[in-house]
Amino acid sequence: MGNVIIIGAGLSGLSAAMTLAEKGQSSLLVSAQPSERAQSVLAEGGFNAAADTMGENDSTALHFEDTMKGGVYLADPNACAALAENAPKLLEKLISLGAAFNMADGKPVLRNFGGQKKKRTAYAKASTGKMIMSALIDEVRRYESKGLVTRYPHHKFVSLIVSDGECCGVFVQDIYTKKITAMFGSVILCCGGMNGFFPEMTTGTTANSGYVQAEIFSQGVAFANLEMLQYHPTTIGIPGKRCLVTEAARGEGGRLFIKRNGGNYYFMEEKYPELKNLMPRDVVSREMYLTRRQTDCEGEVMLDMTGLSEQVWSERLPDLRQELKEQLGLDPAKEPVPVREGIHYFMGGIFVDEFHRTCMRGLYAAGECACQYHGANRLGGNSMLGAVYGGSKAAQQALADGVKSAEGAADMSKAAFEEARPVFIKKISDILLGALGIVRNEQTLRAALDELGRLSGSNSDETARLELARAMLMSAAERRESRGAHFREDYPEKDERLRRTLVAQLKNGEVALEFRDLPERRVGDEAQT
Amino acid sequence: MKLRLDILRRKNADSEPYLQSIMFETDNENATVAFALTNICSGENVTDVEGKPVSPIVWEHSCLQKKCGACAMVIGSRPRLACDARLAEFAAEGFVRIEPLKKFPVVADLMVDRSAVFDALKTLGVWANGEVGAPDRTDETAYEASRCLQCGCCLEVCPNFYAGGDFFGMAAAVPASRLIDQLDPEQRKELSAGYRKKVYNGCGKSLACRDICPAHIDIEKLMSASNSAAVWSRLHALFGRKNRGVKK
Ligand SMILES: Cc1cc2nc3c(=O)[nH]c(=O)nc-3n(C[C@H](O)[C@H](O)[C@H](O)COP(=O)(O)OP(=O)(O)OC[C@H]3O[C@@H](n4cnc5c(N)ncnc54)[C@H](O)[C@@H]3O)c2cc1C
Ligand code: SF4
Ligand code: SF4
Ligand code: FES
Repeated sequence: MGNVIIIGAGLSGLSAAMTLAEKGQSSLLVSAQPSERAQSVLAEGGFNAAADTMGENDSTALHFEDTMKGGVYLADPNACAALAENAPKLLEKLISLGAAFNMADGKPVLRNFGGQKKKRTAYAKASTGKMIMSALIDEVRRYESKGLVTRYPHHKFVSLIVSDGECCGVFVQDIYTKKITAMFGSVILCCGGMNGFFPEMTTGTTANSGYVQAEIFSQGVAFANLEMLQYHPTTIGIPGKRCLVTEAARGEGGRLFIKRNGGNYYFMEEKYPELKNLMPRDVVSREMYLTRRQTDCEGEVMLDMTGLSEQVWSERLPDLRQELKEQLGLDPAKEPVPVREGIHYFMGGIFVDEFHRTCMRGLYAAGECACQYHGANRLGGNSMLGAVYGGSKAAQQALADGVKSAEGAADMSKAAFEEARPVFIKKISDILLGALGIVRNEQTLRAALDELGRLSGSNSDETARLELARAMLMSAAERRESRGAHFREDYPEKDERLRRTLVAQLKNGEVALEFRDLPERRVGDEAQT
Repeated sequence: MKLRLDILRRKNADSEPYLQSIMFETDNENATVAFALTNICSGENVTDVEGKPVSPIVWEHSCLQKKCGACAMVIGSRPRLACDARLAEFAAEGFVRIEPLKKFPVVADLMVDRSAVFDALKTLGVWANGEVGAPDRTDETAYEASRCLQCGCCLEVCPNFYAGGDFFGMAAAVPASRLIDQLDPEQRKELSAGYRKKVYNGCGKSLACRDICPAHIDIEKLMSASNSAAVWSRLHALFGRKNRGVKK
């Protein structure tokens, strides 16, 4: 009998499990922590879908265009077209599951978000991820009760079971008992971003440790566009991490300024009169970084939300206001908030095709761990959509390919589990942060590679992490152009010849890089829906 | 700021618990217990007050911003989220005692097995067989009910809850209140019966759970909504299905 193993129970993992169950296929849903702890519950601002409920003549074609443009045309156009096309249907589905979106007259209210000309972002105050997760968790529980989904909470991924170059299962370890087991079947990775590579600097959770990515990279799985890290412009420092101030704060009217010559300089509004504070994140972060360095400007960039109406605060952002009061001890309705850029999203990741197939047969990836939909810069609100859609797409493809057998034999002696020491992770992180900032150049990247070369891992995870970190730095050095989140001061322009996917893979123990052509946009293709 | 952390540790479920005291110093005045634990675990050659090496402390965490419920533990004799417990609160005493939640089996150190919380939701049948349908306007009950972190703090203080027992407490009742008046009649009858049996009948209504909830969920309001759907509506069965302004 066939079996599907899903690693990760955030939005993408739940979506994959639900899709499989709807089609009668059972799955094992493995996650280190329960779904309630997944990073997806942190998502604040919203979920994009051209549902056009605001009378603005929005369309899925415009959503597609904004997504491609926001990603500086580095994403797969066919995948993005299908994403935009399916978004309204997926939003409807989430509403039918009872996700507590802000509604009016039976329809979702949509808000403005960065890089999009229309109101297209459905939201539940500033707790959209939590609301969607609660509804999906209940729905998956229904399938658990029917035996179609079997949860393995408190289980960590150990490694892929590979036979003749094909993935036929995974080793997992029970965190409670430390017992390692082999599971057989097709595998869908939904393990989130590589936040664990950047402790203290990420808005996400370091529980997404990057272990899975490092391990499968060492097992030969190809990654793509590893240089594309998203810095979110508006984050605040809280003990041990960067805490996000949702883009919805600007979507609802928040303004960025810095002190200049004693006055307030609204630099985004002056430089970008059309989208102003709602330019895509790569642009806003870069402008903030550069403006802070201007000699005539002083202090931190401030996010001014004092102009938001009482109604916006009470109906749309009450949770954000509460959070800022608790974390900073200030009321954002009364005073501006100092903000800085923080690592927020990984556009790069496991290399997948439009159908979420990795380079290894039997292995799929979806959600933030996969490199799909967001090109060189993700638009806010497109990631939850990408996770829900991608999880479902990967599940459908696993079915179409014929799911792999639940029976198998594996060499348990290969199933050792070791984790990197926090001190070692910190060392790698310091090196990466020094070179993979908002502005990059060849010299610092080369120096960082040298420094990395002087580290050696004391266990398998540490060694694997070094290789993946090396691939990140090498990718950033190799892309000699500026595109989206990747800004090279030594190559400040886009280079059309490099509008290609940069694939990284470990071959004979060495990181090998290769630019691959993007797929051509198919026109009038039924496969889009 | 300098503080002594007295941590109740245990190698695994079968071994004896012991108290380990560690001095922690930081200039971050907003530092939390979670921050201290992270730093102790990632520090090199950390020793306790007796000079003994501190092995990595096992504790659960994820978001570090009060949104995932992972880091619930007993801090200064109250169940709290470690990422919500500022060290400054304890600065005057000079120490803080940190223990695992007591209502759940300990896995190691501060990590407990909260499976009972998730099992209760399954037993109770918290899901919808049919479509829930789109509300006319923002459904505040569903919003509030969906905020539950499944952290278990409410169960820790509840006089009637124990893991594996017959009373499920608020960690089950809060999520159930998202759906209880939204279900088709047959499923609603089932969930209501479960709710009466596993929550309503055994609940002393002291609301200690509400006062401790780190998400500040309006438990009282949700319970009165659930009660009217699952308890009182039985008395008004003739009026048929009553719901929260849902369009069908
Ligand atoms: C603060 C914040 C706000 C955001 N706001 C928005 C927003 O408004 N709109 C939007 O579209 N996007 C937003 N995002 C991004 C979006 O939330 C994420 O990209 C998305 O939720 C990722 O979902 P996922 O399923 O890929 O992964 P996750 O939700 O991160 O889930 C990962 C899963 O993998 C499991 N896992 C990880 N490692 C292992 C391992 N080694 N073994 C076993 N299991 C493992 C975890 O336990 C978890 O279950 C936000 C992100 C953050 C951090
Ligand atoms: S009201 Fe009292 S008895 Fe009822 S769940 Fe809360 S703490 Fe327990
Ligand atoms: S009701 Fe509150 S205390 Fe209880 S589990 Fe939910 S969030 Fe935690
Ligand atoms: S770590 Fe998420 S609530 Fe504390």
